[in-house]
Amino acid sequence: MDVTAVAADLRERLGPERVVTAPAALATYESDGLARYRVTPGCVVLPETTAEVVAVVRACERAGVPFVARGSGTGLSGGALPIADGVLVALARMRSIRSVDLDSGRIVVEPGVTNVEVSRAVAPTHFYPPDPSSQIVCSIGGNVAENSGGAHCFKYGFTTNYVTGLEVVLSDGEIANLGGVEADVPGYDLVGAFVGSEGTLGVATAITLRVVPVPEAWRTLVAYFDSTTDAGRTVSDVVAAGIVPGAIEMMDNASIRACEEATGAGYPTDAGAALIVELDGPESECSTLIDRVVALSEKNSATGIRVARDEAERALIWKARKAAFAAMGRLAPNYYVQDGVIPRTRLPEVLGRIDELQATYGLTVANVFHAGDGNLHPLICYDASTPGEAERAEEVAGLILDACIDAGGSITGEHGVGYDKKGFMPRMFSSDDLDVFQRLRCSFDPDQIANPGKVMPTPRLCGEVPGPYRQHPLEAAGVAERF
Amino acid sequence: MRTETPGTYDDVAALLRDCAAAGEVVRARGAGTKWTWGAPVPGPGVVLSTASLDRIVSHNAGDLTAVVEAGVRLADLQAVAGEAGQMLALDPVDGEATVGGVLATGDSGPLRNRYGAPRDLVLGMTVALSDGTVAKSGGTVIKNVAGYDLGKLFTGSFGTLGIILRTALRLHPRPAHTATARGRGGDPAAVGRAALALARLPIEAEALEATWDEGAGSVVARFGGAAPTERAEEAAGVLKEAGLEIETRAGDAAPASRPEGEGALVRVTVAARHLPEALAHLAAHGAAVAGRAAHGALWARLPGGVDDVVAAVQETRDRLPGTCVVLDAPVKVKEVVDAWGPVDDGARRVMERIKARFDPAGIMAPGIFAGGI
Repeated sequence: MDVTAVAADLRERLGPERVVTAPAALATYESDGLARYRVTPGCVVLPETTAEVVAVVRACERAGVPFVARGSGTGLSGGALPIADGVLVALARMRSIRSVDLDSGRIVVEPGVTNVEVSRAVAPTHFYPPDPSSQIVCSIGGNVAENSGGAHCFKYGFTTNYVTGLEVVLSDGEIANLGGVEADVPGYDLVGAFVGSEGTLGVATAITLRVVPVPEAWRTLVAYFDSTTDAGRTVSDVVAAGIVPGAIEMMDNASIRACEEATGAGYPTDAGAALIVELDGPESECSTLIDRVVALSEKNSATGIRVARDEAERALIWKARKAAFAAMGRLAPNYYVQDGVIPRTRLPEVLGRIDELQATYGLTVANVFHAGDGNLHPLICYDASTPGEAERAEEVAGLILDACIDAGGSITGEHGVGYDKKGFMPRMFSSDDLDVFQRLRCSFDPDQIANPGKVMPTPRLCGEVPGPYRQHPLEAAGVAERF
Repeated sequence: MRTETPGTYDDVAALLRDCAAAGEVVRARGAGTKWTWGAPVPGPGVVLSTASLDRIVSHNAGDLTAVVEAGVRLADLQAVAGEAGQMLALDPVDGEATVGGVLATGDSGPLRNRYGAPRDLVLGMTVALSDGTVAKSGGTVIKNVAGYDLGKLFTGSFGTLGIILRTALRLHPRPAHTATARGRGGDPAAVGRAALALARLPIEAEALEATWDEGAGSVVARFGGAAPTERAEEAAGVLKEAGLEIETRAGDAAPASRPEGEGALVRVTVAARHLPEALAHLAAHGAAVAGRAAHGALWARLPGGVDDVVAAVQETRDRLPGTCVVLDAPVKVKEVVDAWGPVDDGARRVMERIKARFDPAGIMAPGIFAGGI
């Protein structure tokens, strides 16, 4: 059987309006947020219920046809890149909020619900902290697949710290209910294994999320420095003082220039670095600590400090930072964004290495940095119409990741490995490490039909494993018999 | 039964390989503070002591991370982190407990309220499997999504998947000053409601505990940060409005992570909205209770003989929506009531397949875990 037969099968089971095979319509699903990779899927299916997802997965399993699940298609690692002659399962129609329980701090949502919709559903008293910049569009299902982060991770954590339960359709079509609304559900932490598994362990069809009370107050400032080193030292001092801001964001001169041109937010375009520090929490904490952050910025030679006096000023400070990716068009026609992580204390040396690469390759690299948790987004600017420049930009991207690994960091802090970075996995993990990852993957998906070709550098089979019966050592020793 | 104390990861791997070949059951042991938790199992062939895996490999104060081996005592790590004004935000009660043991059992204490369960603090983990494979996942940085999260899988797995060798942990600032608000009351449901009144507010308490013992209960909220006293007073006000008798004090009231004393130890978890009901139910069975109110995670000591405990566990499982795990109780209790309680069928099938691939020889603490694993 092949994907054409699967499409026909599903058209009959689910109705023609659920299955897309027209070439023009398929083109919509060719890529996710990483537009340079495009693959046309064999067909696209748009299930609306868990039962329909089961039908899709069962049909794929019977036919031995692989499938890729997709949320909103905003991912930046090619995790939702289709497989040619495979099925793309688009979950955007599963948009219901199944239940809300503010007394318990829980909400249960379907995978197509957007990130911002979750916070809206529990507003004004509660919110959902992991907030990627794409939160208006990105889906919770996608967030679960990637273990998405955002600007507030240093204080609030990531998706994996907020998912307490999952209804998962496994690749044989069986449903597993992992975790729950309660804490410490007995068994292995399969929820923890699933979050961040990039669609390779099954399809999440209902997600139980933890939500928390909205902070009482905020204090936001932006401080300008002559260098990223001074800004970095300020962050070190803030951390050493035991302060955990809700967000700490750093921008270098190239990104400041681009963002200021795009937004007119009032950042000095000759500043070597800008540091946004936002405290949130109890009013008494914020009002005391903002003064300490100002003092630490001054101690590290800040050339200017703006403390937001009201919501409008706060929004303006953030406007510049949020425009970063979109503003890159001001520096060059194309850019290549990376997602490396480094121990925060190693920032000066990694930025120094990036400076070297800029000089060697003649390409501008603008940097925005989640300064609290060490997640660096270098934006490598290039002009695709100049022959060879795209390839050089890609080389620089790889060398920056090498620098991150050498500094004791990671190849990805929030975008995921996906298709884009699977070739880098052997630089972080040994073949034994990858072998054990594969054991976990095979435990969920022995036939490897769930998003194959992602995360792991080379395709592997699962091999046979002894079935559930294992001879107990006491039996082997002749001490006990099994009845 | 013999005890082995390997000092290197290669030694651990070799020992496991030998045990697998011989079909000898292996149980890991740190300080043994939770040795009797889980389903009752016969003595293992080999006790693998982590006493020589006791290095604090690094403490990166500027990055708020530490890398430690499994045999490191939690108290020793706290001392080292404390020198830089930091802490590992894990405060279970057992003084001698090792990091490996706390992670393997998924134990936690009052700080869980703000900082999460052990699985939320693990950044990376190196493990040894029973076929001699040594593998790592994660890394040493706070934010990392590369690869699969074996750290979460192994945390709380009771040694059934392999041996935790070392782990990278997220640290937090240790509050320099703390203040505590306590409200007392004689009605368990009212105590529960008062705790939820605080849990609903953005107070960012280090700890928010609900306790019950011998006819009286309390809500204890502990604060750190820059203005702990002010916040403790605000919290006391909320508790007073909820009908409790209040007091505030500087420093910790330091509630224990579990109720002390005799009695079978069970862990009951419910959605937080059911906290008042859960406290009332456990109080009616004469239990002493302590728990993280906002998370609905309670530890209780059940009094009486085997029959009383069995009845209490069965009624708890019947009446309270949630989980009830028998952690430490006479074997006779665990023979009548399954220690862990029910596990979802679909989840159990995945667990069995993971167990089969990670421990094909079936020698890692077989039978001790949920789902019959």
